[in-house]
Amino acid sequence: MQPALAITDLTVAYHDKPVLWDVDLEVPASTLMAIVGPNGAGKTTLIKAALGLVRPAAGQTLFYGRPYREQRRLVGYVPQRGSVDWDFPTSVLDVVMMGRYGSLGWFRRPGKAERQHALAALEKVRMADFATRQISQLSGGQQQRVFLARALVQDAQIYFMDEPFQGVDAVTERAIIDLLRDLRANGKTVIVVHHDLQTVPEYFDQVCLINVRRIASGPVAEVFTEANLRATYGGRIAFLGHAEDDEATPSRTEGMLKGVAD
Amino acid sequence: MELFADYTLRMVALGSAMLGIVSGVLGCFAVLRRQALLGDAMSHAALPGIVVAFLLTGQRDPLILMLGAAGSAWLAALLLMSVTRTTRVKEDSSLALILAVFFGTGLVLLSWLQQRPDAAQAGLRSFLFGQAAAMVARDVQVMVALGVPTLVLVALFWKQFKVLTFDPEYAASLGLPVRGLSVLLTSLIIVAIVLGLQTVGVVLMSAMLVAPAAAARQWTDRLGVMIVLAGLFGASAGVVGALISATARGLATGPTIVLCLGVLTLVSFLFAPNRGLIWRYTRQAVPQV
Amino acid sequence: MSSTMEVQLIAIVVAAACALPGVFLVLRRMAMMSDAISHTVLLGIVLGYFVTRDLASPLLFVGAVATGVLTVSLVEMLTRTNLIKEDAAIGLVFPVLFSIAVILISRYAGNVHLDTDAVLLGELAFAPFDRITWGWLDLPRALLIGSITLVLNLLLIVLLYKELKLATFDVGLAATLGFSPVLVHYGLMTVVSITAVGAFDAVGSILVVALMVAPPAAAYLLTDRLSRMLGLSVVIAVLSAVLGYWFARWFNVAIAGSMAMMTGVAFLLAFLFAPARGIVALGVRRSRQRWEFAQQMLTLHLLNHEGTAEADDECSRNHLSHHLRWQPRFAATVIRLAEQGGLIQCDGMRLMLTDQGRRLAQEASLR
Ligand SMILES: Nc1ncnc2c1ncn2[C@@H]1O[C@H](COP(=O)(O)OP(=O)(O)O)[C@@H](O)[C@H]1O
Ligand SMILES: [Mg+2]
Repeated sequence: MQPALAITDLTVAYHDKPVLWDVDLEVPASTLMAIVGPNGAGKTTLIKAALGLVRPAAGQTLFYGRPYREQRRLVGYVPQRGSVDWDFPTSVLDVVMMGRYGSLGWFRRPGKAERQHALAALEKVRMADFATRQISQLSGGQQQRVFLARALVQDAQIYFMDEPFQGVDAVTERAIIDLLRDLRANGKTVIVVHHDLQTVPEYFDQVCLINVRRIASGPVAEVFTEANLRATYGGRIAFLGHAEDDEATPSRTEGMLKGVAD
Repeated sequence: MELFADYTLRMVALGSAMLGIVSGVLGCFAVLRRQALLGDAMSHAALPGIVVAFLLTGQRDPLILMLGAAGSAWLAALLLMSVTRTTRVKEDSSLALILAVFFGTGLVLLSWLQQRPDAAQAGLRSFLFGQAAAMVARDVQVMVALGVPTLVLVALFWKQFKVLTFDPEYAASLGLPVRGLSVLLTSLIIVAIVLGLQTVGVVLMSAMLVAPAAAARQWTDRLGVMIVLAGLFGASAGVVGALISATARGLATGPTIVLCLGVLTLVSFLFAPNRGLIWRYTRQAVPQV
Repeated sequence: MSSTMEVQLIAIVVAAACALPGVFLVLRRMAMMSDAISHTVLLGIVLGYFVTRDLASPLLFVGAVATGVLTVSLVEMLTRTNLIKEDAAIGLVFPVLFSIAVILISRYAGNVHLDTDAVLLGELAFAPFDRITWGWLDLPRALLIGSITLVLNLLLIVLLYKELKLATFDVGLAATLGFSPVLVHYGLMTVVSITAVGAFDAVGSILVVALMVAPPAAAYLLTDRLSRMLGLSVVIAVLSAVLGYWFARWFNVAIAGSMAMMTGVAFLLAFLFAPARGIVALGVRRSRQRWEFAQQMLTLHLLNHEGTAEADDECSRNHLSHHLRWQPRFAATVIRLAEQGGLIQCDGMRLMLTDQGRRLAQEASLR
């Protein structure tokens, strides 16, 4: 079967400082893939290059066998939560409807159909009650779910999510997991930048380990080995105990990172 | 109402209202995109363009002067971008540098112009702090002819500008031509700036962009409402300030309008519900149940 | 001393005095504060005048410096309320304070030697006529004030050099060593205000901004060392001032404006031709690096696919441009360069790494 995403020989440099070297990556359709690597490994850059947001020095990205330009409608993007100003004067529903702007045509205003769509997506991420809220009143987890809903209304086949689990509460983490599984059941492919090594086997089918170069990628069972992790994190990795707290869990992610010198 | 019977005052009111609306609306985007200081730099940078346009054409037609102003404001914006992109000089330094150098060059050109016989007729010095009383029908015509299409473009590209301002990278991922839209938005901001040359002047024009938006933001959490409010605030401060200055002796228009805006903004900061400081303070004082 | 000489001396002293604190403004990313401060000090001068009714009173100076510092803290207070962002706070506070000052002047002080043109441009040409005589001393007042400011700034920088350096480049460490960042910040802002007020009379607000920012920004492109940057800034500022003066004389135009223009020319020269950071040098380096980088990319590509099943295809001369998305011409040039450099060998269509090429690829992958 044709892979949902095929990246070949991708090299990206910011001002001649190479950030990704000759990366190959194939993601089979209808799978959940984690992208794992230390800070500054180039995970965000990988996503941005695939989406055409940064220009690669070499290599190409194909979505279902075709370049991004032709397949734009098939791709949804959930950027890092911290990349926007949450004090922006707009409501939750408005942000979610932005997901439709690409397919709306140049001068059409979002109407009733878009509202319905957005409300349904908010329902899916358990945020329907917040539709009319100003976005600055949301907690970190709620912000994350708004971004997810915005990507959902794009009705894409392939989703890229940049650290959706970063600093979110347990409710949000659960909601995201359910959403990911739901998406997979509907034949979608989701590529997630993930920091919590503990949960990789539980949440994902596939994993890609990168640190400037791709260290390994494939099914979690085959690839997620200690040797590969060592290669990715420079051999200084320690598995920390899995904290079972129901409160906000940034401590857990941070805890993992502590063992991970980059 | 007697005020408006006077022809000059009617022109002044009309022109200032147009300017207030346009700069209020575009100022919202400038403020939300954190380009308040870019507005300041670009309006100072308009000065040499005005003088050069006059020197080249020998005409004082508002449209020609505005074109010159827009040209040098754009040049300043481009230089700014290339300095911050290619060197390690940071944005704040490039802003201050370009502002001062362009403005200084403008003053040099102005003083050079003054040696010429047609200098008095040009009266370009009033573009520093604005002189609404000098406004004639032709000025107002040009302002409307530029202002109305600007507002129409904002309405047409409403959703694109909104997502571009909130999350430019996401906008690009949706396939929007982000660079083209940015250029358009910056051009429209420059239009707002050049509309203010006659009334507010280049030195204080940035306040005309920033203040209405800053005030309007406090009263609402919706971009649409904010923009309408900012337009209203800008127009009322513009009209009131311009009329005061046109009727009182020795008051430059720019400072008067900016003072009106300052009062408006202060009131908004203090008294706006929810965000206002007094509201916040009283809410803190009342113990939460 | 001739008045030409005196005007130049004033310009030189003021230029040096402005450039010194300007270096720290540029490094601490607060250059726009010079713009705000140099405008709002006018309000302090005007208010001081209303209190004392004497333009020569030292109270004016104190009032002006206080308004400068007040501007900074007002901007900070406003930013801290989260009502607006910092850039908007700057863009709001200083036009309003400046407007108040301009209105007060035009309304109530019209007959005094204080007008809005002088505010922007200063009156350097007339500075020699305003003299201070004190015993055997007979100096233009602006020269005296400028020299005092310059000496003060020099002293501060010499005495606190280590501390300033630390507080600029490593705020965290400076704080743990006990230099309060707030103190350093406000200290600098006070110095900027004093300098702005001292220079204001003679050269006007615009030239203050230009002298504080443009020479340090140009020096920033020329050196990496703080001490050199300070020295270079002063040199550039002084040269711009003197050249600006003569330009103004030659064409009979505004002196301050022409000096501001010259600081711009100086920066432009540095921007274009600075040895390592100018855009010409950058362009040359970029294009060289592009080829080196491309060769490295090629070796890494070959290394990655060495001995794999698809190696025949991936490492073929013809398919390379397809895989890497390179233009065929570009790919051919890279291959030729790599071959000449002994990085690869060609076996018919097949490209193979030499030992040297393999080392380069491994090096690259470790980065
Ligand atoms: N716009 C940029 N300009 C220059 N360097 C960048 C830029 N964005 C990221 N980098 C650098 O590229 C590297 C990879 O960044 P990123 O992809 O964000 O890493 P990750 O997401 O894995 O933490 C980092 O060293 C970062 O400093
Ligand atoms: Mg990242």
